[in-house]
Amino acid sequence: MSQPSVLHVLRPGLLTTVQDLGRRGHQSTGVAVAGPMDAFSHRLANWLVGNGPDAATLECTLIGPHLEVESDGLVAVAGADFDLTLDGVSVPTHTAWPVRRGQVLAFGRRRQGARAYLAMGGGGILTTAVHGSRATHLPSRVGGLDGRALRAGDQVPVPGAAPVVHRRARGLVLPTAGRARLRVLPGTEVSWFAEAAWQTLTRVSFQVSPRSNRMGYRMEGPPLPVRRHDTMLSEAVARGSVQVPPSGEPILLMADHQTTGGYPRIAHVISADACVAGQLAPGDFVEWVACGPDEALAALTAREHELAVQTGGEATGGGVWAT
Amino acid sequence: MKWRLAGDSLVTIELGTTIAPRVHAQVLQLASALAEARVHGVTDIVPAYGTIGVHFHPLVTDLAGLQSTVQRLRDSLPEAPVLSGRLHEIPVRYGGEAGPDLAEVAAFAGCSPEAVIDRHSRVEYRVYLLGFVPGFAYLGVVDPTIAVPRRRVPRERVPAGAVGIAGAQTGVYPTATPGGWQIIGHTSATLVHHDRTPSAVLAPGDRVRFVPQ
Repeated sequence: MSQPSVLHVLRPGLLTTVQDLGRRGHQSTGVAVAGPMDAFSHRLANWLVGNGPDAATLECTLIGPHLEVESDGLVAVAGADFDLTLDGVSVPTHTAWPVRRGQVLAFGRRRQGARAYLAMGGGGILTTAVHGSRATHLPSRVGGLDGRALRAGDQVPVPGAAPVVHRRARGLVLPTAGRARLRVLPGTEVSWFAEAAWQTLTRVSFQVSPRSNRMGYRMEGPPLPVRRHDTMLSEAVARGSVQVPPSGEPILLMADHQTTGGYPRIAHVISADACVAGQLAPGDFVEWVACGPDEALAALTAREHELAVQTGGEATGGGVWAT
Repeated sequence: MKWRLAGDSLVTIELGTTIAPRVHAQVLQLASALAEARVHGVTDIVPAYGTIGVHFHPLVTDLAGLQSTVQRLRDSLPEAPVLSGRLHEIPVRYGGEAGPDLAEVAAFAGCSPEAVIDRHSRVEYRVYLLGFVPGFAYLGVVDPTIAVPRRRVPRERVPAGAVGIAGAQTGVYPTATPGGWQIIGHTSATLVHHDRTPSAVLAPGDRVRFVPQ
């Protein structure tokens, strides 16, 4: 095995974090799952460089980083469509390319999508695992690099070498022109809302607020009036749930969401569309499309198939979560 | 026992809708039995006040099979012992800079700050739930006279060790975070160790006493 190496962070980007498929099995102690906002693209990036799906990648948000590689290696970027350069020369997304010691990999203009995943061949980002995962959970400062986003001057531990593979893929179909359709199941507490609220949700586009983060997206739109005002006892909540606090402004729970919550949930984004939600940026519009449980499962099967046909099934297996 | 789906990857088993030690003891017992049953595709089991959240992989877990497993476990379990957890004594400095909301809680209760301290520290609390951030335990039940609601505007930063009240619940912020609970004191006790598994010092079913310093 070769000596470990590092990526030197020249510019950190807006919010670049280490992510693997997340921290599972510890939610009963308040430890959140975290993980990629778009796990489909994370898994694809890993496959492109020959890693397993749970290897850690860098999730690069809206403005990507500039990184200098210390050792020869293999890199791929999947997910959002950025202009990418290696020592100033343009390189493609969704393709594995070899890098040489001293080269600078730079993210430029973002064209589409919000989050790109940078995978390093030879096993991915090698920060220390906490509770079995390298995923960064920003609110509790756990995992990744000291539980925080990358800063200029950081040295990110990576493998010192990687077997070269030549792989290309088609990426996730990204939200186009700042709009996405997210399929939703009726919420656990949908009956707490006035009947008009569900109609409103599924007929009107909502906009991702600038006050959104990896924990959740605040969604701006017409208010969703709650009919029943009982206090809910806190209980387990899941990613994709659309909860409505007393202000009436819905929050779509995302990767860093708390383990428990106590607000009524009007809808749940299906697992198949979690990756699409993960590619939304503040200002983007969401059209919520009602669906049923059978359709949710069929959509997830289709999403997994989409990944499997590209990767020969190599991006699935071993503790893998769908999206 | 009621089943409620929360999307396509979480199902909630409801055993009760109140904050009650007897219901909670059943929740912990069933959650623990379910964890031991190792149902295929189940990734997290989250006991709360009267509910158990079961996170599962939609393409792997057979939901009907999960339901029958839970029913079988429930039918076979003996009556859950209510008092089983460890007792933790947590030293607290009440009031002053350590407890900026103590006066407000006293005003809410119509009593002296000393009486608030007495009513808060004479109860043996039960750990009902861990959530919010790692190591944060929801303790109950707070004396109803001092069960003050959350602050209207949450603080941007509550320090680690802050002891707060939110309605019938009380608890300690294990790390500095934003927070809306009414802060009445501070403890030097450490409630989370990120290098240990589990990282939380308190576990559901444990008992907690606050000891005024």
